[in-house]
Amino acid sequence: MSLVHEIDYGTPVSKSAETVKLTIDGNEVVVPAGTSIMRAAMDAGIQVPKLCATDSVDAFGSCRLCLVEIAGRPGTPASCTTPVAAGMVVSTQTERLKQVRKGVMELYISDHPLDCLTCAANGDCELQDMAGAVGLRDVRYGYAGENHLKLEKDESNPYFTFDASKCIVCSRCVRACEEVQGTFALTIQGRGFDSKVSAGMLSDNFLSSECVSCGACVQACPTATLSEKSLIDIGQPEHSVVTTCAYCGVGCSFKAEMRGEELVRMVPYKEGKANHGHSCVKGRFAWGYANHKERILNPMIRESIDQPWREVSWEVAIDRVASEFKRLQSKHGRLAIGGITSSRCTNEETYLVQKLVRGGFGNNNVDTCARVCHSPTGYGLRATFGTSAGTQDFDSVDQSDVILIIGANPTDAHPVFASRMKKRLRAGAKLIVIDPRRTDIVRMPHIEAQYHLPLRPGTNAAILNALAHTIVTEGLVDEAFVRDFCDLDAFEHWATFVSEPQNSPETVGPMAGVSSEAIRGAARLYATGGNGAIYYGLGVTEHSQGTTAVMALANLAMATGNLGRQGVGVNPLRGQNNVQGACDMGSFPHELTGYRHISDDATRTMFEKLWGVPLDNEPGLRIPNMFDAAIDGTFRGIYVQGEDILQSDPNTVHVKKALAAMECVVVQDLFLNETANYAHVFLPGSTFLEKDGTFTNAERRINRVRKVMTPKNGMADWEITLAIAKAMGFEMPYNHPSEIMDEIAALTPTFAGVSYDLLDKEGSVQWPCNEKAPTGTPIMHIGGFARGKGNFMITEYVATDEKVGPRFPLLLTTGRILSQYNVGAQTRRTENVVWHDEDVLEIHPHDAEERGVRDGDWVKLDSRAGGTALHARITDRVAPGVVYTTFHHPETQANVVTTEFSDWATNCPEYKVTAVQVSPSNGPSEWQKDYVEQARQSRRIATKVAAE
Amino acid sequence: MSASAEKLVTMANQIGRFFVPQRDADPAAAIADHLEKFWDPRMRAAIVAHLAAGGAGLDGPVREAVGRLKTVKIPEKGLSA
Repeated sequence: MSLVHEIDYGTPVSKSAETVKLTIDGNEVVVPAGTSIMRAAMDAGIQVPKLCATDSVDAFGSCRLCLVEIAGRPGTPASCTTPVAAGMVVSTQTERLKQVRKGVMELYISDHPLDCLTCAANGDCELQDMAGAVGLRDVRYGYAGENHLKLEKDESNPYFTFDASKCIVCSRCVRACEEVQGTFALTIQGRGFDSKVSAGMLSDNFLSSECVSCGACVQACPTATLSEKSLIDIGQPEHSVVTTCAYCGVGCSFKAEMRGEELVRMVPYKEGKANHGHSCVKGRFAWGYANHKERILNPMIRESIDQPWREVSWEVAIDRVASEFKRLQSKHGRLAIGGITSSRCTNEETYLVQKLVRGGFGNNNVDTCARVCHSPTGYGLRATFGTSAGTQDFDSVDQSDVILIIGANPTDAHPVFASRMKKRLRAGAKLIVIDPRRTDIVRMPHIEAQYHLPLRPGTNAAILNALAHTIVTEGLVDEAFVRDFCDLDAFEHWATFVSEPQNSPETVGPMAGVSSEAIRGAARLYATGGNGAIYYGLGVTEHSQGTTAVMALANLAMATGNLGRQGVGVNPLRGQNNVQGACDMGSFPHELTGYRHISDDATRTMFEKLWGVPLDNEPGLRIPNMFDAAIDGTFRGIYVQGEDILQSDPNTVHVKKALAAMECVVVQDLFLNETANYAHVFLPGSTFLEKDGTFTNAERRINRVRKVMTPKNGMADWEITLAIAKAMGFEMPYNHPSEIMDEIAALTPTFAGVSYDLLDKEGSVQWPCNEKAPTGTPIMHIGGFARGKGNFMITEYVATDEKVGPRFPLLLTTGRILSQYNVGAQTRRTENVVWHDEDVLEIHPHDAEERGVRDGDWVKLDSRAGGTALHARITDRVAPGVVYTTFHHPETQANVVTTEFSDWATNCPEYKVTAVQVSPSNGPSEWQKDYVEQARQSRRIATKVAAE
Repeated sequence: MSASAEKLVTMANQIGRFFVPQRDADPAAAIADHLEKFWDPRMRAAIVAHLAAGGAGLDGPVREAVGRLKTVKIPEKGLSA
């Protein structure tokens, strides 16, 4: 094993189709026009010394180390800022250049600590390398002159150190913050000798500045100035493995850099096709939970949930699961048990659990937490386009002219893709944001949305119909596209519907709280502004009309011809790492892999033959239905892999009641999560660092997850499912997850060409990947839709049953924050808590004043479902009448407040609309006070009995 | 009406409100098809039983759809996998 080394070409690649031939050091080189001499030289294997250049940012030309000589041209131009020209003859190493470079290095080193042996970057320092490359043997000026060696370190960021004494002011960090991340938190303060990298204002340090801790500056730094604290603590890694982040649906590729079995750092991988070498604070730094003291490493059982846990062997725990499940089926029937997987699980794990339930339990009571986030996406896009997935790859955004974001907050929830999006917006693309809240992207450095429609929560379908009304009635339909690719009868029916007066901006606007002119303006811009791309999130799906709104988005894209090429499309931003994969893998109760209904005899027969068992042809229970059935007494046991349903599902009181009604709750997770408080068997899970598998990201990209260390719990998650299946009498003999993927490929037409060998060869592929598309499909629906003709659906607005009134006059909507991830089980167990250690309630100044609430006060948040208390944050980000909170902390449990209303098609809960009242409070509510003790009681672990 | 029946009625009516304005000549058939494809047998049995008991709260086309649902056989207690 060795480190995965990536070549730094010094400057970004040129995308020109035109080529230029030149000569460098006697070698003939052909490169795209616009390529720098530095990059052209690197293409030919010639490394020009450099310090301020790196290929993730534009050339800057400040370090004066990369100088070259060009025949017929005077002077010694910088190779990073000088583009190639036809017939150019370049020399990278001459006596003159050697002298100049040595002189430059002398100046750098005269003001740099000579502590290489004890420096964290020793062995991985570009300054050290360049000193060697130019043959520096002495510094003629000595080291006694005025210098920066006494400058203090900034240790405020929990993950990296800024040691100004080692800074060479090359500006790579500043440019990475601007060009790669798009935050503009860093600058060079002062001039000349006083020049210094500064985060935020003069009074700031890294932590108090706008820095989002993405790590781009650390990665760009050529010295030890910006270094990971883990690297300083552990030392340089000796091998690395490319794997995939287990946080959001962007699916960033990382190099897990290791020393033995100890993870030193996660470094974003340039060859990663989703992230192209960028990262966010979670994937880059928030992996410490893997070693957290609260992680459970031994299986545990208990007879009832009021007892302490007892640690037992794997055999005993697995036997308990199987015997209990068999007992429940024997007593209450075949349909009395089921299973749930998380979208955090790999494709292979998810596939295995649905196979266990269908083949081993003999029913279809299997679901995934995608139920409660993007299930409407699957239904809506399948009905309109024919495929339950987004249409584009992430790179497509580079070609977009108009970006429409609805119900998504990419800078917080999908930060690495948001950086790509921001780059395109800074380059001139136009922006429409439809969101009740003024998210960061509405106005930030060098970006301002042309239209922000701050609609009332629950009115998505109405607003989208009003956009469609404008497009149709103002003659902005792309008639040629509709004629060529869509069902014309369906279009005519839809066009008549959206043209009706109730869908006009003038009718919808006042009801939705948005000006009709803004609606019309946004519609015109989307329809006529060039390539229009729609990006959406849970602010679309988690509504009683979630599926309807997804269809309305698809209708808009079809009507304007914004499909089937780069720069356009309908793109769901998936919340978790494997939401797409969880849906693909047949983990919805009504369908097998590849979205084929369980009642389809031909498909079911194929699975039955391979699995050797008969399968039920009836759909099973969805997650909310499981809770209802548990309370009704017909559902008695559940296997929950990686999902904290008690914290993440709506109406916590209802979920608690359901869990308490079950006789056998099996939780497989890293930690004793909130659901485990109601569990009878706990099976310790493994982290993404400890297993092999694949994740499928929001762009349908199948990425490899590679094991970098032995599972601390003794078994990878897929092995645990195999053990349960065996104990249930349903053997699933696999030796490695690659064999599971081979089976998925054999049974699933869209995955037919996928194998671990192909993924190793290609890096990643986007499904469909089969005979027709052997290396995958970046853009869907080119030249026609997967279903044949695009299908316009009628999307009549139906107001939610969740109404405001005198008792509950405000609307609560919820979301995620950058530093935390969903229920926070992972991120709360990292240093990320320095940015967000509690959920707070955002409330408009007007609503706060009416209630006598001041910023920072405790407030009670009550709905028809329940209440909680939290601190208030007064802000005009939210409109009057709307309040907002996150759902990362169990001490708050925002879902105590949310209701069981759900999407008509999929039962996806309506998290985004809850009628609430806010009132002053003295502190936490009674249940919150009791919760800490209750959780402590529930998590007691008895001393292990030797005879067990 | 029991809480669980009330919830099923709400869900069924939501489905109905989507399918009624669609192009389908027979919205009840589309509603019934959705219920067959996405509702677990015990949920379908419960809504059928609710209709048999008068079907309080069910919208017109939904009543018709529920009336068309095929007979659902729930596996008996004691039947093992």
